[in-house]
Amino acid sequence: MKEIILYPIHSVVSLFEHIGRYCDLMIKTLRSFRTWHLYLGFLPEHMIKLGISTIPIVIVTGLFSGMVTTVQTAYQLESGFIPDSYVGGIVGVTVLMELSPMITALVMTGRVGASIAAEIGTMRVSEQIDALEILSFDPVSFLILPRIISGAIMFPVMIVIADLFGILGGYLAATISLGITPFNYIYGLRDWFMPWNAIFGIIKAFYFGIAITSIACYYGFYTSGGAEGVGKSTTQTVVASCITVVILDYLLAAILL
Amino acid sequence: MININNMSKSFDNRVILRNISFSINKGDKIAIIGQSGIGKSVLLKSIIGLLNPDDGDIFIDEQNINNISFRKLQKLRSKFGMVFQFGALFDSMTVGENISLALQKLTNFDKSEISDKITVSLKEVNMEGTEEKIPSELSGGMKKRVGIARAIALNPKYMFYDEPTTGLDPIMTDSINRLINNFHSKGDVTSIIVTHEMKTVRDVSDRVLMLHNGKIQFNGSTEDLFCSVDPIVMAFLNGDSTYEA
Repeated sequence: MKEIILYPIHSVVSLFEHIGRYCDLMIKTLRSFRTWHLYLGFLPEHMIKLGISTIPIVIVTGLFSGMVTTVQTAYQLESGFIPDSYVGGIVGVTVLMELSPMITALVMTGRVGASIAAEIGTMRVSEQIDALEILSFDPVSFLILPRIISGAIMFPVMIVIADLFGILGGYLAATISLGITPFNYIYGLRDWFMPWNAIFGIIKAFYFGIAITSIACYYGFYTSGGAEGVGKSTTQTVVASCITVVILDYLLAAILL
Repeated sequence: MININNMSKSFDNRVILRNISFSINKGDKIAIIGQSGIGKSVLLKSIIGLLNPDDGDIFIDEQNINNISFRKLQKLRSKFGMVFQFGALFDSMTVGENISLALQKLTNFDKSEISDKITVSLKEVNMEGTEEKIPSELSGGMKKRVGIARAIALNPKYMFYDEPTTGLDPIMTDSINRLINNFHSKGDVTSIIVTHEMKTVRDVSDRVLMLHNGKIQFNGSTEDLFCSVDPIVMAFLNGDSTYEA
């Protein structure tokens, strides 16, 4: 009974502990910018791992999220009084502002975040991080900084790709299965298009990239307890990143729109 | 020289080390022994600054490593070489890259000098020709030997070995013991070996420190250890699990 009553208190204390340690690690990461030139060589490798290798997943999720948005938008506008071109317009705005950044971020949480947490966590439990320290490397600069920079650079690139394929998916669904003419779809798309919508999506991607990679690095870096600990860190990374992405999504919308 | 003064360390209210004090002189070959989980590796990791003691001071070459900046600690660590229990080789790098990583950062060697150094280090541990292999292709003993090659490539003043022979067959154990002795005899090196293998203690160390219940139970020469009449030491040496201190 006592445990049940104390559980929420322990959870809140634990949350603040995590936030405190995360902030401490991020301060160390910012400080390690002084030695960034030593680790610049590792950046391309991380950018490839984080970005290039995830392009196929981004294309598939972007394509199908665009397609399903088109079908559902058309279903909502079935009355016949609303022009077909509205479908293109609504899909364009939705994909650029919300769907691409959000779905891509959630997919990247599972693909990239989990992979980073597992990799760094394994390094921790197999004493590779200790070995780095003994070899006079700063593990924060060596392991965390390049990954966060790669996330900040590559996530916006991924979102642009997801935007393109989301709109393409919408176009394919509209013209092939809904009978909307290519002219109407593109007319609506162009008519509703505002550059800020695309920029807003890219800004979100930048913050999502930093959040997902830094949370993954945090959980990986403080892994303990062998293989079970690595699994736990990976799960915690996915859960914490998903929650953070949703909260950030709201905050950025509230601040920037 | 390493001086440890009244060092204590606890984890989750469990006292692991309690007011430990001892010193290690230049050129010593000291084995730290004791039962599993008694705090041998904690002591080793505290000496090299990977863990902070709760109390007490650790001096290495007259520098208190608990009070120095991270940068100074990194500089001090350039004098250290460490062989980890399971090798701790970087999975994503080849054997050659594992050895060259620190050489690139800590020395002014050019590419050909680094390549020569890798070859020499691997030859010293009888692992020549494995530069392009990745750690997952190596056995446990080979990983430990590469770990030794990585450590000795930097010509450290202090060599730390964490369970260097645990889990190895007798031949490989002998081979690792010889490597430790060879490297020690080559230069002005101080070796600290954490182990619970009596063969390693006998073959390698000239001084032994035995930990028991968070304290130093024995601190003396290897010969004295094997002649000790202390019941706790005798129980450990004889592998007598029925004795309880």
